[in-house]
Amino acid sequence: MSISRRIIAVTAFLILVFAVIPILIAVSGRKDFYYTLSSVALLSMASAGVWLTFHIGRINIGQGAYALMGGYVSAILVMSYGVSFWWTLPLAGLFCALASILIGLPILRLRGVYFAMVTLVLTEVARLLALALPVTQGAKGITSIPVEVFGLTLVPDFTMMENPRIAFYYLSVALMTACFALMHRLVNSRIGHICMSLQQNEELASSIGINIAQIRVIAYAISSFLGGLAGAVFVAATQSVYPSSFTVADSINFMLNCFLGGLGYVFGPMLGTLVLYFGWNLLFETGRFQLLIYSALMIALMLVLPNGLLSLGTLRKER
Amino acid sequence: MTFLLEAKGMTKRFGGLVAVNNVSFGVGAKEILSVIGPNGAGKSTLFKLISSFLRPTAGEVLFRGERISDLAPHIAARKGVVRTFQETTVFRNMSVRDNVIIAHHLRSKASLLGYFFATRQAKEDEAAFGRSADEILGFLGLESIAGETARNLPHGHLRGLGIAIGLATDPAVLLLDEPFAGMNHDETMKAVAMVRKLRERGLTILLVEHDMQAVMKISDRIVVLNFGQKIAEGTPSEIQRNDKVIEAYLGIEDEAIGL
Repeated sequence: MSISRRIIAVTAFLILVFAVIPILIAVSGRKDFYYTLSSVALLSMASAGVWLTFHIGRINIGQGAYALMGGYVSAILVMSYGVSFWWTLPLAGLFCALASILIGLPILRLRGVYFAMVTLVLTEVARLLALALPVTQGAKGITSIPVEVFGLTLVPDFTMMENPRIAFYYLSVALMTACFALMHRLVNSRIGHICMSLQQNEELASSIGINIAQIRVIAYAISSFLGGLAGAVFVAATQSVYPSSFTVADSINFMLNCFLGGLGYVFGPMLGTLVLYFGWNLLFETGRFQLLIYSALMIALMLVLPNGLLSLGTLRKER
Repeated sequence: MTFLLEAKGMTKRFGGLVAVNNVSFGVGAKEILSVIGPNGAGKSTLFKLISSFLRPTAGEVLFRGERISDLAPHIAARKGVVRTFQETTVFRNMSVRDNVIIAHHLRSKASLLGYFFATRQAKEDEAAFGRSADEILGFLGLESIAGETARNLPHGHLRGLGIAIGLATDPAVLLLDEPFAGMNHDETMKAVAMVRKLRERGLTILLVEHDMQAVMKISDRIVVLNFGQKIAEGTPSEIQRNDKVIEAYLGIEDEAIGL
């Protein structure tokens, strides 16, 4: 894509999410969409992290663990230590990144289905830890997380606004935009190419002098940072966090979002999350057939478009 | 004679099996040394031991007098001992040129963060890698396929790409894993000429190979393995006359010579 077309695309995207969507919501009066779209934005960030681990050739079904961890870190810091919400965001991300380095050092040596299985277990371990640890207050979770923490001089006081959902929408979308901008840069820089070389052949990568252990841990830490960050904002938006806030099902969804959007496209997780989230809700009308139709559609999509929805564009070009 | 790369008492056991047993030899600078032997003689194991992809049970590999046998492969590569793989091991979904560019990793002057922020050093690196990749592809006669995706290449070109990837790391010693396997006579002769050109570039070459004809043509010296042990070492004409070698090969002549 040429530079001018890229600028047009980015501007169009920014106008869409920051102006057109809020106007449409105001006109239609469907204010619940703010919450839905904030969720999509946050979940797509967590999915972007999963996508990055796919990029180094690892199937990551453990992002829920870091989303939950980030959520609890933020909630505990706000509730017990009176830390400003804004500070808890990077802190939650960094906490998850550090934890993922400690966890990743041993488990990233595993490949294929073995790594996938361990990460799947990780989500469950996180849930059980949240149930067991005193600081997370067990099954009760942490509730009534105050919203006044948003009173920061830089930003208008969110509580003063008629609908704090709007504030969360802008926050989530801004974070998502920043996240995908950074991801795009990362993937198109030499770091992304190095990650890709790991995905395609780790032995060859190490034979040309790439420290594969280091690159794997870095990619996993960035992935977990995004998971933790998304989890922290999510928890603030819902003002509560429970051990079941992020479960194995969420971890699997993060992975499916990547598959659906396309593993070869950095913006795949964004589209995948949007389609999956809304697709699931639309199928709600079908009642008890919801899961059946949903699963059948997913299988069909993977058969027809194994490279994800975004491969539609390139298919047309090839013909 | 001082050796650039030296294997001393290399031994590798897998459980009860001794794959390589107390093998010692050295490679001088700008020498072409081949390791040959019948199937199952331990050539591949020895190759992995020297390139640090396996750790020896006993013995060591010295490069410029320094022990490299317990290092991770990427550190051995950084020191200048780089291996190639057999044909299918390339970055399959990248273009040929990108394969070679990524293999310039060891020549990076900018840090990873530098690449993220596209600092001046990073841009200089990228430009230099591109020029160097074009030079290497030209040197190996692969410039016409620079834009092809690696997975679509025919076998002969894949072998060339493997060598191009190795060259991009700017090694002192290049270890070639069966560079002539599966090639017909013409292809082999071209590949032999290519390996000679590598030596003219100043590289030291150690190769592991089945193809006797090519090995006899190309090698300065030959090390012969059988059942994990070194049974002979010498120039091609010495090896051809060596009784132990003839004996080792006679029993399985068909496989070894590829008739």
